[in-house]
Amino acid sequence: MIYADYASSTPVLQEVKQEMLPYFDELYANPSNLHDFALKARRAVEGAREKVAQLLGARSEEIVFTSGGAEANNLAIKGVIQANKARGRHVVISAVEHYSIMHPLQSLAREGVQVTRVGVDEHGRVNVEELEKAIRDDTILISVQHANHEVGTLQPIKEIAEIAEERGITFHCDGVSAAGIVPAKVEELGVDIYTLSAHRFYGPKGVGALYLARGVRLLPQIEGGIQERGYRAGTENVAGIVGMGKAAELAEREMSQRLEKLRTLRSKFIEALRREVPEAKINGHPSEVNPMYVHISVPGVEGEAVVAELSSRGIYITSGSPCMARAAKASHVLAAMGLSQELIRGAMLFSFGIPTSEADVARVAQEAGEVINRLRER
Amino acid sequence: MKAKLSVDCVGMHCPVPLAKAGEALQKLAVGEVLEIVADDEDIIEDLPAWCRVTGNEYLGYAREGGIIKAYIRRKV
Repeated sequence: MIYADYASSTPVLQEVKQEMLPYFDELYANPSNLHDFALKARRAVEGAREKVAQLLGARSEEIVFTSGGAEANNLAIKGVIQANKARGRHVVISAVEHYSIMHPLQSLAREGVQVTRVGVDEHGRVNVEELEKAIRDDTILISVQHANHEVGTLQPIKEIAEIAEERGITFHCDGVSAAGIVPAKVEELGVDIYTLSAHRFYGPKGVGALYLARGVRLLPQIEGGIQERGYRAGTENVAGIVGMGKAAELAEREMSQRLEKLRTLRSKFIEALRREVPEAKINGHPSEVNPMYVHISVPGVEGEAVVAELSSRGIYITSGSPCMARAAKASHVLAAMGLSQELIRGAMLFSFGIPTSEADVARVAQEAGEVINRLRER
Repeated sequence: MKAKLSVDCVGMHCPVPLAKAGEALQKLAVGEVLEIVADDEDIIEDLPAWCRVTGNEYLGYAREGGIIKAYIRRKV
């Protein structure tokens, strides 16, 4: 089999898994307790916190562990709005955010929260001028993703951060599709809150984190415990957190080599695919993109049919984000980018990772070309 | 309309009701009707589109206060 769906999830690296194992059945104490056995678990959690902080160029006390990216995004959105409702009820987001940003806001809209969605260009990049104009006196939060979860386009985060700072508005950035893959130093980006998810950079599923800059006001969404400095109650997922820490350490250490490899794979794949399917349109920004992503549209085919046919050949890709693939819902991201219905239907995502070889991308391009051309003849 | 099964999606946002409808349809025989109870307005546009994609039949919807009751028939 060839897995080409690393944007949906990545395998846990062996070094990460080895680091996690003792925390299932050897060092299993509750980190909150006071005895020496608990201290070992607590130290492991704090060590991981330090490593995640290093990946982001943050202080360890600015990291809050969660059950994953979706929870971290919910915490950021709901937590900031609840903590700042005396100041205003207006939020600005982009039109291409993940559901874990959009849905909490749709729920809060029933309680009077107002949301402005800012458009994107044909590559999926947020229109910064439009964003600036959308800000009102009662705007309390701006939330824009670092990399788009479908097409991989990197957003102009620094520019948006400057605007947010000038206007005194909290800026949250959903970094789930970027952190651990591309550089994400929070001071350089200028963000106040940043979301990351371990399974997107070779850590385990079920663990994520929120960077919360000192001084940012946010209320917890899971209450009833003293963990995570009061921002997230619940006994820590110690093994998962340890795994996330190790994955962050490796990502930080190996990032430049991994990026170089991904860029090579990306350009070789695009070159080979264009030979097979010259009409394929590459979606997303040509240079400002997370290089693990190759999102394409082919007129005259159904992306889902290509996914199914490639799957029967042992090649695994996706036709949209996992949530949308299951619900067969048309992509709001591609619609916001102005793609025609035909190109939205013909969309598919190939994404590569550390285990991918050049031979793999060559074979994926060749088989995808065969499948696409055969389906188009029908 | 008489439905064999009803799924409660009140308070849930699209595409969650679509995914729940897909799961619930699997419990029905071909020809049987599913009711989806929701309050996300997006369902009015999304459900007919979802039926076209999945090959099922969209039968329509009715409003009861702020609640939308939509009906689909399993065809495949």
